[in-house]
Amino acid sequence: MSWEQLWPLILEGVWDTLYMTVPSTILSYLIGMPLGLMLVITANDGIRPKSALNSVMGVVINFLRSIPFIILLAMLFPVTRLVMGRAIGTKAIIFPLVISAFPYVARMVEGSIREVDRGVIEAAQSLGSTDFQLIAKVMIPEALPSLLNGAAIVTVTILGYTAMASAAGGGGLGAIAITKGLNLRKMDVMYAAAIALVILVQIITIAGNKITKKIDHRKR
Amino acid sequence: MSGNVLIEVEGLSKIFADAENRVVALNDISLTVREGEIYGIVGMSGAGKSTLIRCINRLDTPNEGRIAYRGQDVLAMNRQELLAARRKMGMIFQQFNLFMQRTVARNIRYPLEIAGVPAQQADQRVKELLSIVGLEGKAEAYPAQLSGGQRQRVGIARSLASEPDLLLCDEATSALDPMTTQSILALLQDINRRLGTTVLLITHEMAVIRQICHRVAILDGGRVVEEGDVDSVFRNTRSEAGKRLFGVLPQQASEDPDTPSLRIVFDGAAAEKPIISRLSQETGVYVNILSANMNHLQGKTYGQMIIEKPKDPAENTAVIAYLEQQGLTVREVNIQ
Repeated sequence: MSWEQLWPLILEGVWDTLYMTVPSTILSYLIGMPLGLMLVITANDGIRPKSALNSVMGVVINFLRSIPFIILLAMLFPVTRLVMGRAIGTKAIIFPLVISAFPYVARMVEGSIREVDRGVIEAAQSLGSTDFQLIAKVMIPEALPSLLNGAAIVTVTILGYTAMASAAGGGGLGAIAITKGLNLRKMDVMYAAAIALVILVQIITIAGNKITKKIDHRKR
Repeated sequence: MSGNVLIEVEGLSKIFADAENRVVALNDISLTVREGEIYGIVGMSGAGKSTLIRCINRLDTPNEGRIAYRGQDVLAMNRQELLAARRKMGMIFQQFNLFMQRTVARNIRYPLEIAGVPAQQADQRVKELLSIVGLEGKAEAYPAQLSGGQRQRVGIARSLASEPDLLLCDEATSALDPMTTQSILALLQDINRRLGTTVLLITHEMAVIRQICHRVAILDGGRVVEEGDVDSVFRNTRSEAGKRLFGVLPQQASEDPDTPSLRIVFDGAAAEKPIISRLSQETGVYVNILSANMNHLQGKTYGQMIIEKPKDPAENTAVIAYLEQQGLTVREVNIQ
């Protein structure tokens, strides 16, 4: 395939990939972030221990996380149709992506918030902070570098999931590599799509690291 | 130092228990902290002092007992009341526990932020606090860029922001070198004098108690074994723990000498002169010094010396009489 034909194809793929990845990541955080915070807060050593609630959340998250994305995608078809209007296509796939990613986000957020020194939280408590102030002014800001680092990892993971969109009639670089590359024995298309994916992942990872470093004041 | 009662602790007990172990951290503790004083709680590690100070602002909850802050029952407070009380009790920590992602100024500003103090007023207050703790030039630095002593100064300024009437110090100097410890202790003393803030501190170092505290409680095995004015407790310490902490007994029981000894306390009253040389000249008895730990402050001598007790009873009496005549406190320590 000529460069003139390949280039627009790849550009379209990049656009579709980002069209699935970015909203999915944002929506995953809208659900996963509060959930992750709840996991820390309601834990036995948290600021508002709620053992039963914590266990239920843990079980649901682990359940969702243990189903491989490709299977979850198929299982969710009826629900996806209900929510998104149709079960297949680039837009429709955002729903299963979010369902698959938010439990992962919850665990990432939980890990980041847990990294905040217990002594720092106690200091904030000793100063008379309400629970909301503890979360909004201490836990999240103190964990911010780690949260951002986690967000870069989540974005890359979701980007990887979008490669399976072709299984549900979606577009993107993954779909191009398989349907327009591998299946038609056009290896140059497949490699071009793969290289584009690699570049996207590199950009996200490097940007994530740079920003994390810049906003982290724990080191001189 | 006989202000109103600020903190009253009564019959406080705390037990840490799981399936296998049961540790009694606090056992029927009672003590009273008065307004304006510096009150020290001292004990070896594991004596329960950290648990005790954390119960005062309810970072920890005791199993039994009562804590009153200005007559209010701390343990019976609802959330709202507890938050209000905590804002009147500052706390500083061994590991400083500063917000690492906030600048020095924003660390100090935090208590004002959460109390809803208007921005301009808060800025003004932060400036005052920076100057109180001597960190005027460090407002925009991050904690990671500061030394240990500077970090503790930020901790102190932060704890003072809400104008507390009590400052709880949880081993505040234990992570600092001796020089820095001195400067932090001087700052605490200065705050106590200038702002009238009551200070309740815990430490495992008797030197800290002797340097700035007015009153002391010695904690051992979760119990208060001695309590009183620092001077009189130091002079007449009776408890095993007190003796170890004051250095009358070695810290390790196995190192105990088997020699009957005399303990001489220098509390600054005796004149500056070579006491032991004079003692030998005047009484004709040559004493054997076992250990000495003394500081000279403003031309006065503080500290103590352990000498071997003369075997001859008459000589012993003469030695004690001479020393007491010099204004020193002498106690026979029956080591083993």
